[in-house]
Amino acid sequence: MRKTDFPLLEICDLSVSFKMYDSVLGQRDLRVISNLSIKVDKGEILAIAGSSGSGKSLLASAILGILPENAAVAGDMCYNGQKLTPRLQEKLRGTEMALVPQSIAYLDPLMRAGAQADGHKKPCPTAKRRGIFGRLGLSESTEKLYPFQLSGGMARRVLVSTALITDAGLIIADEPTPGMSLHQALEALTLFREMADEGKAVILITHDIDLAFAFADKIAVFYAGTTVETASALDFRTGPESLRHPYSKALWSALPQNGFEPIAGVQPYAGNLPKGCLFAPRCSCKSAKCEQEAPPMRDLRGGEVRCFYAM
Amino acid sequence: MTEIVKQVFIHIIRAISLLFAVSVISFTLVSASPVDPVQQYIMGIGPVSEEQRIEIEAYWGIDKPPAERYFNWLSALLHGNFGTSLLYRRPVIEIISERFQNSLALMMCAWLLSGIIGFSLGCIMGMNRDKWADKVISKLCYLLSSVPTFWLGLVFLMIFAVILGWFPVGFSTPIGMRSSEVTLWQRLHHLVLPAFTLSLMSFSNIALHTRQKMIDVMNSEYVLFARARGESRWTLFCRHALRNTVLPAITLQFASFAELFGGSVLAENVFSYPGLGSAVSAAGLNSDVPLLLGITLFSTLFVCVGNMIANLLYGVVDPKMREVDR
Repeated sequence: MRKTDFPLLEICDLSVSFKMYDSVLGQRDLRVISNLSIKVDKGEILAIAGSSGSGKSLLASAILGILPENAAVAGDMCYNGQKLTPRLQEKLRGTEMALVPQSIAYLDPLMRAGAQADGHKKPCPTAKRRGIFGRLGLSESTEKLYPFQLSGGMARRVLVSTALITDAGLIIADEPTPGMSLHQALEALTLFREMADEGKAVILITHDIDLAFAFADKIAVFYAGTTVETASALDFRTGPESLRHPYSKALWSALPQNGFEPIAGVQPYAGNLPKGCLFAPRCSCKSAKCEQEAPPMRDLRGGEVRCFYAM
Repeated sequence: MTEIVKQVFIHIIRAISLLFAVSVISFTLVSASPVDPVQQYIMGIGPVSEEQRIEIEAYWGIDKPPAERYFNWLSALLHGNFGTSLLYRRPVIEIISERFQNSLALMMCAWLLSGIIGFSLGCIMGMNRDKWADKVISKLCYLLSSVPTFWLGLVFLMIFAVILGWFPVGFSTPIGMRSSEVTLWQRLHHLVLPAFTLSLMSFSNIALHTRQKMIDVMNSEYVLFARARGESRWTLFCRHALRNTVLPAITLQFASFAELFGGSVLAENVFSYPGLGSAVSAAGLNSDVPLLLGITLFSTLFVCVGNMIANLLYGVVDPKMREVDR
């Protein structure tokens, strides 16, 4: 593998907003992702953790350039040092960047699993795909089945095979584990780990934080459409004292094995975000500054954090 | 295979019970109506005396109770005897088979035309949602589906037959020619305007349904995923959109047999086209009860067959229905 100075994918200050039509106010912009920054290198798994509604899935669409037409994107995205323009995204989709979607709904209901995994590219990679199906424990007869005939676990593996078939350098897995048994989830994550060990970069979007801790190299914590902290998975395994942001600490304490303690309040939704720090309304150590000014992302102890007071 | 046989069997049972119900209802309606078949018959043969009239009524069984008359009619039907048309003085079955051939040519042309045009336009609209092509075509569809067929037929007659003189004004063959001498080309020439008018009636329906289905498919998660895998618009259309849209369109197309039949009554009258549709209105207006009842039953059968084909075909093309037993 060629060593480069650039991370495979670098996102700086990404914002995604939607044009919405409101009966009272007319047209307005609804900002769902704001000032988001992440980096992922070859050979590593970056887990993006956050509760639902924090804009995780939209991030995947933004990277691939498949957002709906009423979405506006601002900020910089670079792939291998090149600016990720719509034209480049179109070129990289399905060849360099692959998506592993969430559910069986992402399979064409009227297409057999084999043809579906083969994709549209010519020549048809049937032999290669059979090899991948074998590796994933899908029998030869699976390729003749329609999506409605697949079990949940089989469908998931067919979806994973669509990414494996491409030789893509970047794999974005959007919630690949919900609905799976622990055994199946471990199996799937082992697969992603293998891909990363082969030199691919994997972005694992998940709210299954426990599993993310175990398999990822780095974890980006999402809150209300932005990253509040990026830390190594080791920090999360160690405990709240090695974490930086108050939300990450709260997330840690809310896990069943760590006391199951929730914090008060709810995540603000796009449309009524607070003015300053997005977490300020729920933060126990906020100051007047936090309510006026949004803190920038800064380096701290080998990770990054979006907080004025983190130490 | 056994599943299909079973389905066909169920459909046939259903068709028979429907035909029975339609025969009861239409017989009751005709009996309750002021239509007097005896009077109509007498008008055809000239003046008769009062005794002769009573004799005719007794011969026809008018004096018997309605239930008995119904069962007499039904048993004759089951023996293949549909009676004699009072208007044409020929067996009803003969008229139906002759007229049906003309109608079938007309309806099938209109049906294919409306299916192909409707589906293609629907695809264009759905793929270009909210662009100018979609806006123009959908407005046109709304306009055409709100315009009555007979009016459109009259407009076409004025423009293409009277002013431009491209097509004949009416009938299925040139006037004053033996049917053996008429060429296929002449028949087709007479068919164009009525078929086109009839197809305009139903294509907007197909087009608007296809448009909506196409939009649903293009917004689906599997199309989003296909885009994420680098499929271009054209590939998306061929690989996913087409086959997911064509299924409901096929069902709709076969289920439109009833509308087609209804439309052909108007179109055939406007173009004086000698099909089943013009026969049914002539029978209705001239109190030709045997012909009217015969055509009613026949058209029921026709619509039933259309629906049955739609259901069976769906089972063949939709894998969810086809492979459910595997």
